[in-house]
Amino acid sequence: MDDLYREVIIEHYKNPSYRGKLDPHDISFADNNPLCGDHIQIDLRVSTDGIVTDARFDGHGCAISQASADLLVESIIGKPLEEVKKLNKQSILDLLGIELGPVRLKCALLSLKVLKAGVYGLGEAGDDLVE
Amino acid sequence: MTLNLTEIRKDFPILERELRAGVRLTYLDSTATSQKPLSVIQAMDDFYRKSNANIHRGVHTLAEESTAMYEGARERIATFINAASARQVIYTRNTTESINLVAYSWARANLKQGDLVILTEMEHHSNLVPWHMLQAERGIELDFIPVTEDGLLDLDVYKTLLSRSPKLVSFSHMSNVLGTINPAAEMVRLAHEAGAIALVDGAQSVPHLKVDMQALDADFYAFSAHKMCGPTGIGVLYGKAALLESMPPFLGGGDMIKEVKLRSFRANSLPHKFEAGTPAIAEAIGFGAAVDYLTHLGMDNVAAHEHEITEYALDRLEEIPGVKVFGPSADKKGGVASFTLEGIHPHDVAQILDRDGIAVRAGHHCAQPLHEKFGIPATSRASFYLYNTKEEVDLLVNGIYKVKKMFG
Repeated sequence: MDDLYREVIIEHYKNPSYRGKLDPHDISFADNNPLCGDHIQIDLRVSTDGIVTDARFDGHGCAISQASADLLVESIIGKPLEEVKKLNKQSILDLLGIELGPVRLKCALLSLKVLKAGVYGLGEAGDDLVE
Repeated sequence: MTLNLTEIRKDFPILERELRAGVRLTYLDSTATSQKPLSVIQAMDDFYRKSNANIHRGVHTLAEESTAMYEGARERIATFINAASARQVIYTRNTTESINLVAYSWARANLKQGDLVILTEMEHHSNLVPWHMLQAERGIELDFIPVTEDGLLDLDVYKTLLSRSPKLVSFSHMSNVLGTINPAAEMVRLAHEAGAIALVDGAQSVPHLKVDMQALDADFYAFSAHKMCGPTGIGVLYGKAALLESMPPFLGGGDMIKEVKLRSFRANSLPHKFEAGTPAIAEAIGFGAAVDYLTHLGMDNVAAHEHEITEYALDRLEEIPGVKVFGPSADKKGGVASFTLEGIHPHDVAQILDRDGIAVRAGHHCAQPLHEKFGIPATSRASFYLYNTKEEVDLLVNGIYKVKKMFG
């Protein structure tokens, strides 16, 4: 609990390195967290051999949702899409380095749901994507 | 008479709770649901220990007792809101179900394609979505009384909308986000002059203000027990007797019938016509105890206390740099302070306040369109009830300074 607002999270929230949009992009997807209205869009550029060459996120929300989006985007640049597809809840918790209760977990996982829905070409960022 | 807060706080055992070692609960979320006094908890406990039986048609002692308790609570609720008769007090699950009852029974029998229903921009989702659903099914038209920059309804626009001969006007008596107390009696009168039926969402007003059904003259009035010291799972739809009598039943089943044949039924008289199936008996009895508790304190005293706390809270909040409080000034609102803190998301504000035991709500508070109107995704909301103190407002203010420091 006391780690929830670790320096690194506040820092990524206030000064994100990967906030923005990519135009052109190969994949773009956005969705909301209906509980609190957090909104995340993720744009990707992907090479012909399936490597993420660049990525950005945009949107608004709490420190947890925005910091996790920034950390997530940072972590996938240079990775193959096949590896991105394997990311799950634990990957996000490892990136954040904190434990989260069920409500805030939804904030933290929004970016991963959006990312995977985009990569899989789905219409909706469902909860099943991060299990 | 001013409320004796020391005594009142003893009535609410949960307010003694330590959430973590040395961290006492500061409950500022009564707009979502109020805490319950011992008298309510005990009334429900006593019922299950001593009197539990299903109501109506039983002839054994317990069935008679439980029926008398269930109906006795209805009588006291009717008196509390000054309804002409307890027959006009229909038990539902909550305000949402009360509004849906009107939408399913009255509206589906009376509204056709193109008929106009007037709502407002400050409605809770419970007074928007049932009408969206009817619009999709029936093709009714919806229009909205706008909210001004200072959080009031624009009554000039309302009058213009009324010239389009609406069939129904439905609005909240008190906003759950802005705290605005709308001029309900005047709005009902104007609706009637235009030939419309008036439905009032009283979820936030009945817990905090003295309401008088006969003076207000609304055709329908909806509220919930759990926001007024009572249990969850029970609410009321008040309606004018002639209207309720003219309406088809809502849910079908036991208790709402006079007679059932294999191929037909005759509906029961009021209020039972709208109460199908075994109801929330213990909850109705708890609701009765809640109304007794509020009556004992006096609703004028409750309102005066909340006004004093709200005025103090708004003054203290507004002196914090970066805080913006939404809604009108204290004289036009109930005990609600929804605010934003510059550069910090409401979710983070609520989470950090929780460390000090301060319970506030963060989000759009089931009023997403209202937040869109003000161009914000969410607010933090502190709300005050009869058991809150100025010391708790001070704890909130100190907590907000801590949040600012953390995000420095």
